[in-house]
Amino acid sequence: MGNPIIDGIINAFILLFTGDPQIWQTILLSLRVSGLAVVFASMIGIPIGVVIGVKNFFGKSIIVSLINTLMGLPPVVVGLVVFLLISRAGPLGSLFLVYTPTAIMIGQIVIATPIISGITLAAVSSIDVSVIETAKTLGATRSQTWALIIREARVGILSGVAIGFGQSISEVGASMILGGNIEGFTRIMTTDIVLQTSQGNYGQALALGIMLITIAFIINSLVLTRLQFSSKKLAGKKIMSLGTLSTR
Amino acid sequence: MGFLKLQNVTKIYNNRYVLKDINISVKKGEIYALIGPSGAGKSTLLRIIDLLEKPSSGEVEFEGVKTGLLNEEGIVKLRRKMVLLSQKVVLFNMSVFGNVAYGLNLRKINYKIVKEKVNEVLNRVKMLEYAEQNALLLSGGEAQRIALARSIVLEPELLLLDEPTANLDPTNVALIENIIRELNAKHKTTIIIATHNMLQAKRLGDKVGFILNGELVEEGPPGQLFNQPIDERTKAFIDGTMIY
Repeated sequence: MGNPIIDGIINAFILLFTGDPQIWQTILLSLRVSGLAVVFASMIGIPIGVVIGVKNFFGKSIIVSLINTLMGLPPVVVGLVVFLLISRAGPLGSLFLVYTPTAIMIGQIVIATPIISGITLAAVSSIDVSVIETAKTLGATRSQTWALIIREARVGILSGVAIGFGQSISEVGASMILGGNIEGFTRIMTTDIVLQTSQGNYGQALALGIMLITIAFIINSLVLTRLQFSSKKLAGKKIMSLGTLSTR
Repeated sequence: MGFLKLQNVTKIYNNRYVLKDINISVKKGEIYALIGPSGAGKSTLLRIIDLLEKPSSGEVEFEGVKTGLLNEEGIVKLRRKMVLLSQKVVLFNMSVFGNVAYGLNLRKINYKIVKEKVNEVLNRVKMLEYAEQNALLLSGGEAQRIALARSIVLEPELLLLDEPTANLDPTNVALIENIIRELNAKHKTTIIIATHNMLQAKRLGDKVGFILNGELVEEGPPGQLFNQPIDERTKAFIDGTMIY
C-alpha cells in the first residue's frame, strides 16, 4: 500500500484528465453557481459602493462600518440565516428553494455583496475629488461623471469582483446548509471535498482541490495580478497582495 | 453688454471673505490676466465663473445669461461653452488620446472627427507620439500640455486658466503661452488667466486685474497697471515690497 497523499495526487490527475463525468459535473455546477452569484452580487454591490463612496450624507460612517463588518460574515452563519428564511417553515418557504442550486447562489450573493461593496467603496473613496471636478469642467453630465468615477476606480472594483468570486467558490459552510450536498444536483466542489475526505477518497478530494487552486490561479493571473502590475507601474506603489481563496 | 460680467460677486467660507464685491467685465476675444499673491481668491473666482461654485452673493452673467438662475441641465449646457484648466493637473487613467478626446466624446461627436481634432491638437502641443501612452506616466510638463490640449480641443468660447505654467521650465512655458496667443488670435477665444507671474500677465493680457485678499484692487491695460498703478497696494505688489 502506497502513501495515501501520493496516491491521491496520482488519482486526482487521472480523474481530471480522463474527464471523469462526476468530477466535471461538480466543477461546472460550482462555476455556474458562483459565477451567477458574483454577477448578481456585483449588480447590487458595485452601485452601493460607488454611491456611498462618492456621496456625503448623515450616518455614512455607520453604514461604512456596517459594510466592513458584513465583509467578514462567517459563511456558516449566512447559511443558517438564509436557511431559516427559505426553509419550509420560513417566510420564503413557499418558494421551495431550500436544497437547490438557487439556495446556494443566494447564500453566496449574501457573502459576496458586502465584499464587492466594501472594496468598491474603498476604491471610489480614493479617487481625487479633482477628477470629478475635471470631468464637470469638461462638460460631463451627472451620469457621465458617474461613469468616469467607475472607470477610474476600475482596478479596485474588478479586484472586489475577483475577491468576491474567490470567496463564493471557496466557501463551504453556507453551501452545505443551503444545498444539502445532493449528488448530481447541489454538490459543488467544496462540499464534495468535505464529503470525499470524510470517506477517505483522497483522489477525488484532491482533484477538486487542484481544480479550485487552478481557478484561483487563473483569476489571479487574469485579473488581480495584471491589475496590480498596471497599478504598480502607474503609481509606483506596491499594492498589498490579496488572497482570493480561503476555504471557510 | 459684456461677454462675461461679474457683479458684486462675494464668496464667504467659514465666516471669512474669500471674495469681496468683485466687479469685472470681460469682452469677447479679450485676454484678462488676474494677478495676485497665492490665496488672494483667484482660483475661487475662476471656479465661480465655471459654475463649480456658487457665489454667496452677487451675480455672474455669461453671454447675457444669469448663471445663478440655471438648473442642472442649464449649467451643463453653459459650462460646455467654457473650460477651466485647474492649477492642479488632473489626467484620467487612460491613454493620452483618450484624455484629450474625453470632452469631445461627452458631446457625442463622430469618432472620425474626434480623431482628426485630437491628433491635430496633440501635434500642436508636440505630444502626438505619446497618443497611445497612459497619461499617468507623463512628466509634469507633458501632463500640463495634455491638460491644455484636452481643454483647447473643445474650442471653448471662454478658457479659464489657473496658473497654467506654474512649476514649468521655460521651454514649456513658451510653448503654452504661444498656444494661448494662437488660440486667442485664431478663434477669438476669450481667456481669463490667473497667475502670480507678472511678466506672464504683461506678455499675455489685454487687461490685467490685481486681486488681493479677495478684493479687486485695480484693473486696467498692462501698460497702465504695471507702469502707473493707482493703488499703493498694487504698486507694492509690482515692486515686490508687499508683505502679506
